[in-house]
Amino acid sequence: MLSKKNKEALFNPLSKDNPILVQILGICSSLAVTASLEPAIVMGISVIAVLAFSNVIISFLRKTVPTNIRIIVQLVVIAALVIIVQQILVAYNYDVSKKLSVFIGLIITNCIIMGRLEAFAMHNSPWPSFLDGVGNGLGYTIILVIVAFFRELLGSGTLFGFKVIPQWCYDHGYMDNGLMILPPMALITLGCIIWYHRAHNKELQEN
Amino acid sequence: MNKNSNTYQILYAAVMVLLVGTVLAFIYMALKPKQMENIANDTRKQILSALHLAAPSDNQLKETYEKYIIQDLLVDAQGNIVDSAANVAFNVDMKKNVKLAERQLPVMKCRLDDGSIKYVLPVYGAGLWGPIWGYIAMNDDGNSIYGANFSHEGETPGLGARITEQSFQDEFVDKHLFVDGEFKSVAVLKKGQKTTNGAEQVDALTGATITSRGVGDMMADCLAPYEAFLKKLQAAAVPTAPAVVEETPAADESESNDNQPE
Repeated sequence: MLSKKNKEALFNPLSKDNPILVQILGICSSLAVTASLEPAIVMGISVIAVLAFSNVIISFLRKTVPTNIRIIVQLVVIAALVIIVQQILVAYNYDVSKKLSVFIGLIITNCIIMGRLEAFAMHNSPWPSFLDGVGNGLGYTIILVIVAFFRELLGSGTLFGFKVIPQWCYDHGYMDNGLMILPPMALITLGCIIWYHRAHNKELQEN
Repeated sequence: MNKNSNTYQILYAAVMVLLVGTVLAFIYMALKPKQMENIANDTRKQILSALHLAAPSDNQLKETYEKYIIQDLLVDAQGNIVDSAANVAFNVDMKKNVKLAERQLPVMKCRLDDGSIKYVLPVYGAGLWGPIWGYIAMNDDGNSIYGANFSHEGETPGLGARITEQSFQDEFVDKHLFVDGEFKSVAVLKKGQKTTNGAEQVDALTGATITSRGVGDMMADCLAPYEAFLKKLQAAAVPTAPAVVEETPAADESESNDNQPE
């Protein structure tokens, strides 16, 4: 079940081969949904689901897909899964679906998903593809959560919507940094994380 | 079989599209009742919030709503009631209710626990990135605002999206739509700015100039057609309450409100 190769497919994307930190894919959505933790986590779960299942479906179809139209086939599969996720959210978690609004639809254009389908699922059997999808989705989610943690804490003084910075600090002149809520600070936060990550992973450093 | 022959590709694409289409249609139909219910409940929540009410839990939204909303009305520009069937106002799609000439004017009549009557008027307008909408609860004097609730589709989080915050919505409470018997709406202006037409005003949100302006425009645009209806309410309210007592504190209050921003 979990041979060495499968383990790599699952765990490498968490750090050494992280889709955001190392491959620099999926940046757009990671800037958009990280103003607070809750939407970031729901977005992460949605991407894990879409990525894992589209990997499995494409992996099943990989021997039948005509090479010329493979990108279209991949897109149809991704789009169908994204619409399903969106419909389920509207039906069972309306508040979050309202918060994420357009971003769920934009999972379709998330480069990580197309990238994994093209690079992995088209050449591997369903089980490793599933693990690869979950792994990459998790790698994406982790970064989203870290960025969202700092942005929500410094931008709104809350975590998951609960006040964590005591009123005492505000009384003594502390102010939430409104800039943290805007996308530019997400990019800068992300840059700092990439900087830290590279500094601690010698094999990722170029000469 | 040759995977790259034209026939194979066309067949493959056609079958795939048919399959995916069927699956999606099926899921849509299966989830639709639940989704419609969520959307309706969300609307009920917003209307209740404009009345400073909340359901004990999300499951009881419908019961709570039906307990307080006693009648749905559609009025015309002359203030006459043209329809009062059940849920007729609730079911008006504000998105399609924009053209002034064909606009339906929904009113939800509510009775609170203390027996006072309020009228909820829906408003719909444009923010910076997309539509914004809200519900304005009017006191039965047809002039002062009892409460307001605003929602939006995609305003900037932390800036324009703050129109949904209670502190902003509470600024509208006790503002008057009419000044000296003339409809003026309520202006949303930067701190320190003054209205030119004498309308009462609330402070705009910092960093959200366009969304704030959108709220102000939405109030003026959507409430103006109710002028006749509100005037009828005012006329009806005067004989029951002594007019002199009613007016003096209201005038004082508006003056002190005007002075506050400076």
